[in-house]
Amino acid sequence: METFEGYPRDSGPAGVRNYVAVVPTSVAASAVAEAVADRSAENVRSTPHQMGIDPPDAARDQIERTLSGVGRNPNVGAALVVGLGPERIAADDVADEIADAGRDVEVLSIREAGGTAAAVEAGVELAQDLWSGIADATREERDASELVFGVECGGSDATSGIAANPAVGAACDRLVRDGGTATFSETPEFIGAEHILADRCADGEVRERLLDRVERRESTARLMGVDLRGAQPSPGNQEGGLTTIEEKSLGAISKGGTTPIRGIVNYAESLPTGSGLVLMDTPGYDIESVVGKVAGGAQVVAFTTGRGSTTGNPLAPVIKVTGNPKTADRLASNMDVDASTVIDGEPIDSVGDRIYERLLSVASGERTAAERRRLEEFAINELQPNELAELRGGA
Amino acid sequence: MKGEVLGEAGLHMAAADNVVTAIDDLDAGAKIPWDDGTVELDEPVPFGHKVALEPIEPGDEVVKYGETIGEAVEPIRPGEWVHTHNCESTRGRGDRDADAGEVA
Repeated sequence: METFEGYPRDSGPAGVRNYVAVVPTSVAASAVAEAVADRSAENVRSTPHQMGIDPPDAARDQIERTLSGVGRNPNVGAALVVGLGPERIAADDVADEIADAGRDVEVLSIREAGGTAAAVEAGVELAQDLWSGIADATREERDASELVFGVECGGSDATSGIAANPAVGAACDRLVRDGGTATFSETPEFIGAEHILADRCADGEVRERLLDRVERRESTARLMGVDLRGAQPSPGNQEGGLTTIEEKSLGAISKGGTTPIRGIVNYAESLPTGSGLVLMDTPGYDIESVVGKVAGGAQVVAFTTGRGSTTGNPLAPVIKVTGNPKTADRLASNMDVDASTVIDGEPIDSVGDRIYERLLSVASGERTAAERRRLEEFAINELQPNELAELRGGA
Repeated sequence: MKGEVLGEAGLHMAAADNVVTAIDDLDAGAKIPWDDGTVELDEPVPFGHKVALEPIEPGDEVVKYGETIGEAVEPIRPGEWVHTHNCESTRGRGDRDADAGEVA
């Protein structure tokens, strides 16, 4: 059985990192959260975002689910939740949900602390106390079945579907065989390939839910007057050789591998551990989509790119995989795995084995290119007006 | 997903495919071995883009990965570059729906 060296948690799967997360409940608290993380110990990370203090109900639910999910991620050993004071998403509520997962949590109100400077000072002290509570944690051998592996693609070109995505898919198949969980998302990129995904669903309910989600994303795009051909594939994708959304989607879904689809969860909803391949309904925006999977519990992310992407995440290591030999060369310092060898004849399964080995070594502590450069983008999906209307209607 | 490399120039992803993906920047006149003969390129085709292996008529399916990726909108000869100018998605043309007044 395959194993990795992870940090055991009181509840749920082991972490692959041991961070104190500094989680702001709104844009109004984001600067303080960032300053606290900057001035605290090395293993203190913030998740600044742009969401306002008074979002509509459905948006509120999604933001709170994301923030508490991020705080409960196995890579987080303790959390500091920061609010300005008037937020509808109360810092206390988010903190309670994180504490329910067995983590030490503190709450900081900027107004109660006496303003920005005082809040940063108090926050640094709280973050350092939280860190000293988890600093002694040591890695132990854990079963690979505890891993939740999120896969994402961005800056796609023709090599994404030919090399990088099917190779990451082969790694997903191996993890699923070893009892773990793999997840991919970006529902707009199922369009044109949903019939193939539907045929792989484990049961009729999952199938119906999947087709419903694809239809919803497609009709949203139509409502907004978006030309799916013009927007997907994007102009960059088209330059890279992708002609239609079907071609892009067929390449995109190969990153999830070939195992049955066991379920589909909402954005940032908890991903069931040890359950094989599970989809998440997210937008196509890379950073928001990665954050949704990290909030769902993904400890490690693989990110495939043909044309080149440098993005990372504050709490989950992101392994960059490219199938484009030019990108492997030009962006060598941002890439972790070169899958362009497929084009020279290396079998997909062999590249998949390399990615799986890298997944286990990164889970055991090896740093990725994005981590070494502290590339830590964070954004929460913002619901569109028509989605809000639909959710309000009880759909 | 497996493919077959044709003459170190193109990657043929599945047996049913009527296009091949260029695995290098190919010049006009480049030859790709296919079906006991060769397909000669009409025009330069950049890395990652597709070349027709067989004649494709308007309305015919363009097939890659063994699946339909769109349909031809003009006659395409073997050796011709296949891209947005001669192949269209069978799905989203939101712009056309809007022109036709089909979007609320």
